[in-house]
Amino acid sequence: MTAGFVLRGVTVRRGDHTVLDAVDAEIPGQGVTALWGPSGAGKSTLLRLLDRLDVPDDGSITYEGTALDEMDPHELRRRVGMVFQRATPFAGSVADNLAVAAPDADRDAMGEALRRVSLDPELLDRDADTLSGGELQRMCLARTLITEPETLLLDEPTSALDATPAREFERTVLALVDDGDLTVVWVGHDDAQVRRVADRVLELRDGALVESREWDLTRGRTS
Amino acid sequence: MTISWTGLAVSLVLVVVAAGISLAWRLGLERSIVWAAARALVQLLIVGGVLALLLLPGVSLWWSWLWVAAMLGYAAYTAKQRAPAVPGLLPVAGAAFLAAGAVCLVVLFGLGVFPLTSRTLVPMAGLIVGNAMTSTVLAGRRLSEEFADKRAEIEARLALGQSGRDAARPYLRGVLRSALSPQIETTKATGLVFLPGAMTGLILAGVPPLQAVLVQAVVMFLVLAAAATTTSVVALGLVRRLFTPDDQLLALSRERT
Repeated sequence: MTAGFVLRGVTVRRGDHTVLDAVDAEIPGQGVTALWGPSGAGKSTLLRLLDRLDVPDDGSITYEGTALDEMDPHELRRRVGMVFQRATPFAGSVADNLAVAAPDADRDAMGEALRRVSLDPELLDRDADTLSGGELQRMCLARTLITEPETLLLDEPTSALDATPAREFERTVLALVDDGDLTVVWVGHDDAQVRRVADRVLELRDGALVESREWDLTRGRTS
Repeated sequence: MTISWTGLAVSLVLVVVAAGISLAWRLGLERSIVWAAARALVQLLIVGGVLALLLLPGVSLWWSWLWVAAMLGYAAYTAKQRAPAVPGLLPVAGAAFLAAGAVCLVVLFGLGVFPLTSRTLVPMAGLIVGNAMTSTVLAGRRLSEEFADKRAEIEARLALGQSGRDAARPYLRGVLRSALSPQIETTKATGLVFLPGAMTGLILAGVPPLQAVLVQAVVMFLVLAAAATTTSVVALGLVRRLFTPDDQLLALSRERT
């Protein structure tokens, strides 16, 4: 199993509140690892640390053997992409959105990026604001994937979607994982979804990793 | 035309009118009104006294420059006090005032619009710094509000590997526009809606109206240039301070404006 992320004693405090309390964890560099736990458990905070959008107060995180604070943050964020809980379209067309991530990409490459996430390349000229919620979130996924990351961080990416587009989003991501080298860290609090998408589960409660219960994972392996 | 001390005393009736209105409506602002009027009067008298000293024959121009420097420092401090939620505003405001002062004073005195004397330097610098201070507070607040509102979008850009400066650029333009617009609107309405202060003062002091208009026009252009320079220096300077060296967007609190 490849290295991926290794966390040692990772602690985050917000004032008097400890959001993450000395977390030790390994997230392998393959398959889908779910970070599961109730709201406020610290899942999203942990995910943001992995993309260095926040830094821990204590402890260390390495990615592929290199400490995050020794890496160029821009290079890290190109290797480790992130899709947020709420879709974040930028002003302009779908093509404009993709061009923010990949300014040199031509229309063929952009069309292909949309196809990878099961969106019609005809949407390239549409104003991003006119897409449906599910389409928007997949456009954000395409925007991240066009930078060709090795690892994808997903922060409850389907929580704002209805059941059908949520399932479509899951299938799209799993197809990408099964197709190639993409590693996914999926933050979620929906048991059923975690069982469908995850290869292994890390369970967070009150800012600490807890001994995970036995998960009956559809994708075969348990943690 | 001159005004006597008696005239000044009589004009205090107008302050009493304002305080009376506050009393009638039970606004509780009487003390504030009287205090503000008294404070303004004392400050103006002090300024007038010091200016009179500076204008005495044989007094070095350096004393006027010293006054300008003190105004700059105080204005930067005041800007910081008025927008406490904007991180790192004090040094940025100082730099913005210096830039605005340099641009405006070089044009005014370097190109010979006015002769460089204490009589021209102190009031002009006061106008520049005063307006630059308003622009700084406005731009600083707008910038930190915009970045707090657009945090998700900016972080999405950072997560795509953009630098903080690149991620901020699309939002900066809007901030600059909205911070400069009030000044442009004021400039447009000048003469139609209201007669601006410098011109009114000059006319009351007996200066021919055309001369007063010319001075006022220069003052307006000065204020416009000061606002534009300040706003862009504040925006560029603050953007650097809103991100950490590793391009994380700092936590920003929205403040009431």
